[in-house]
Amino acid sequence: MSHWNPAPFAQQLLDLFASLLLLIAFAMLSQRRILTLIHLFAWQGLILTLSIADSAWLTHQPHLYYSAALTLIIKVLILPLLLHRLIRRLDVVWDVETLINIPTTMLVGIGLVVFSFNLALPISHFSSTILRNTLGIALASVLLSFMMMITRRKAVPQVIGFLALENGLFLAATSATYGMPMVVELGVALDVLVGMFIFGIFFFQIRETFDSLDIRHMEKLKEE
Amino acid sequence: MPLLPLDLVGLILTGWSGLGLLGLVLPARLGRCLLFPLIAGLSALMAGAGLWALQGGAQTLVLPIGLPGMPFHLRLDVLSAFFLTLLGLAGSGISAYATGYFRHMAETQPGDFQRLILLYALFLASMGMVLVADDAYFFMVAWESMALSSYFLVTTDHEIPAIREAGFLYLLMAHLGAIALLLCFGLLQSGTGGDYAFATLRHHSLTSFWSSTAFILALIGFGAKAGLLPLHTWLPEAHPAAPSPVSALMSGIMLKMALYGLLRVLFDLLGQPLWWWGALLVGLGSLTALFGVLFAAVQSDIKRLLAWSSVENMGLILSGLGLTLLFHGAGQETVAALALAAVLYHALNHAFFKGLLFLGAGSVLHATAERNMAKLGGLIRVMPWVAGLSLVGALSLAGLPPFNGFVSEWLLLQAYLLRPDLPQPWLNMVLPLGAAVLALVGALAGFAMVKFYGIVFLGQARGLVLSEVQDIGVWERFGMGWMALGCVLLGLFPSSVILQLDTVTHALVGQGLGASAARHGWLWVTPVSANRASYSPLILFAVIGVSVGLTFLGVRRFFHGRWRRAPAWDCGYPFQTARMQDSADGFGQPIKQIFESFFGLSREIPSPFDSHPHYHSEVRDPLWALCYLPLVRGVARLVKWVGVLQQGRISTYLLFSFTTLMALLALVTGSRP
Repeated sequence: MSHWNPAPFAQQLLDLFASLLLLIAFAMLSQRRILTLIHLFAWQGLILTLSIADSAWLTHQPHLYYSAALTLIIKVLILPLLLHRLIRRLDVVWDVETLINIPTTMLVGIGLVVFSFNLALPISHFSSTILRNTLGIALASVLLSFMMMITRRKAVPQVIGFLALENGLFLAATSATYGMPMVVELGVALDVLVGMFIFGIFFFQIRETFDSLDIRHMEKLKEE
Repeated sequence: MPLLPLDLVGLILTGWSGLGLLGLVLPARLGRCLLFPLIAGLSALMAGAGLWALQGGAQTLVLPIGLPGMPFHLRLDVLSAFFLTLLGLAGSGISAYATGYFRHMAETQPGDFQRLILLYALFLASMGMVLVADDAYFFMVAWESMALSSYFLVTTDHEIPAIREAGFLYLLMAHLGAIALLLCFGLLQSGTGGDYAFATLRHHSLTSFWSSTAFILALIGFGAKAGLLPLHTWLPEAHPAAPSPVSALMSGIMLKMALYGLLRVLFDLLGQPLWWWGALLVGLGSLTALFGVLFAAVQSDIKRLLAWSSVENMGLILSGLGLTLLFHGAGQETVAALALAAVLYHALNHAFFKGLLFLGAGSVLHATAERNMAKLGGLIRVMPWVAGLSLVGALSLAGLPPFNGFVSEWLLLQAYLLRPDLPQPWLNMVLPLGAAVLALVGALAGFAMVKFYGIVFLGQARGLVLSEVQDIGVWERFGMGWMALGCVLLGLFPSSVILQLDTVTHALVGQGLGASAARHGWLWVTPVSANRASYSPLILFAVIGVSVGLTFLGVRRFFHGRWRRAPAWDCGYPFQTARMQDSADGFGQPIKQIFESFFGLSREIPSPFDSHPHYHSEVRDPLWALCYLPLVRGVARLVKWVGVLQQGRISTYLLFSFTTLMALLALVTGSRP
């Protein structure tokens, strides 16, 4: 015990963060309150930040620190704040119901996790990064967020699902190839931000047109 | 640098387009008097350039415009030259006629007229470009601008819903054809790895399966333009809808572009034909001819009658093309050259007589504002020019000697009857049937022309006030006279024409007809040998002239000279009106009865006790019900299925992408070793 090697610890920390992300993805899937959903989203962003920072430290890749900082600013601070303001102004704190009941959703979610681990297993053999174990988790959280978008009936949770999906993609990119080029990351971050603004405007428009944010009303737009 | 025919052609094409653009700027009245004669002059020049190029070899030119790396290639060979001659000859007559015809329009709707003259010039120029294009890309550009400019010309009177519908149908079929052509050129290019220049495609051979596919695609693409069964439906709708000079251009010239395209693809690009290509073309062509002439015989709209007759003539031409392919494939090049000469000759003749007849119909329409033959009649007395010149066209179309229609149909008949031994014995037995169909079609075309001419120009006026009808002006006379002169000259000097066609047949099938046809001097046409058949129109014409003259003199000489003027016998019924004449419907009645199974007939016959009896009869194209309506129903059913997917629910749409994603992921996992 001459020298303490930080690598195994950091490695284990990474796995811990990854499993926390998965846990949060499930929590989001089962959560009905919009406010809690936003908090969960912020937590997910924070853990993503920590996990990226950890891997940056572990692999000595300075550009990953920038990614982490970007994630922290946009996904932990700005987006949750925006969403908060949005739901206060729209006055929709409650998400009433999901299309499929929550236990069923959770069961399907477990199936998705199994599927994505199965999918990631052969891929991670090819990958040489230390984060390769988390690829399965990243895919699973992408699919779970997608699932959340499908099962929600209101527009705001769908958007949160979309943002969470983006988090999962970010994790997948980091775990498979140590992150995308900086330009791409910046671009994606900007996209998400702009997307959020546009969604905000849409929410108001939708509510003005239909007096509700329930997307069932949009079915009327279909041509008979 | 000496001026080459191709340079001249390029200059004329530019000149046409420039005149069209000038038409947008100039005031309509000036534009009409100045631009149409100039366009006609350039057309005549084009005919000269074509004739000039017919004597020499091919010339090529690469223009520095087009896509990057894909410049426009131009090439003028004898095949292009022949069709350029056709374009120029018929185009100049029609354009001269248009100078007079659009007088009224230029004065009342100057804005519309300015657009019309631009489109008219572009239409001519794009047809010229089709003929000199030497790469698939430029060809398609020219082909599509031809289709689009003619579409806008067809819908000149777009206020009328029926014309809009006709235009839509035309546009639809033109696009279907263009898609088939695109695929065809894609197939021809596949594997060369090079550009789409015809020079590359020419030296590239396909397997028999793929070349057959390319043939079918070309047949669909060009057949849709030529009015080949069952893609003819747009033709009898769109051609009558256009203003008459445009109808003449479309029927007389544009249909020949389809023939040119087929010849170019089949003989130049595709290589050795398979035997069934020719058989298919002969069958489809004969069927088209029969179908077209039957429908022409029962129409009562003058322009629609002529349009159906165009279907018939294109059918004849394509069946001749099929014969050429059959003989060419079997190595019987002499007969192939005979059939090909007949095809080209008939294409030229059809441009003249159909152009002439459409111009005549246009004059009648313009003077009386009536296109229903049931309301016309007796026009020969007030429109002697139109009547006289149309008679030439009608006789030519009916295939009567000594006019031009007879020569080409006779040559085609010779090609059918010569029938060398083909490798397929059953074809040897079936081909004479084609000759029989040709004879039947000729007879029925005569019937249709008797109806056309007799009902419109002869007899008594049916409800029209004849004194208000005026004959045509100088420009119209000149235009129609030009076309009529063409009909007569092409009929009287066939051996000279065949000599000109020689270079084309040499280039395509390696044999000429000129040496044998003119063997017995320029007076006689002898396609194969003198003891089989030969024809001398001049001698025939002289015999007709002399016998008519002798009869006339004889009657004058030996007639006793006692005159008595009396009314004709009225069958004992004294109260006769003009409405009791044989009508267009009545005249076509026997054909309707005999060939009833061909027509989709619907008739309303009044009961004898009806106080206001009303008779209505409609002939519909049965192919609509047979081919098109099932297609429409099928598409509608398919669309309904697609409509099931469209739920209007975001969740469902998301689910679609989700399942697609999952399936693709599973596929990726499964396919990896």
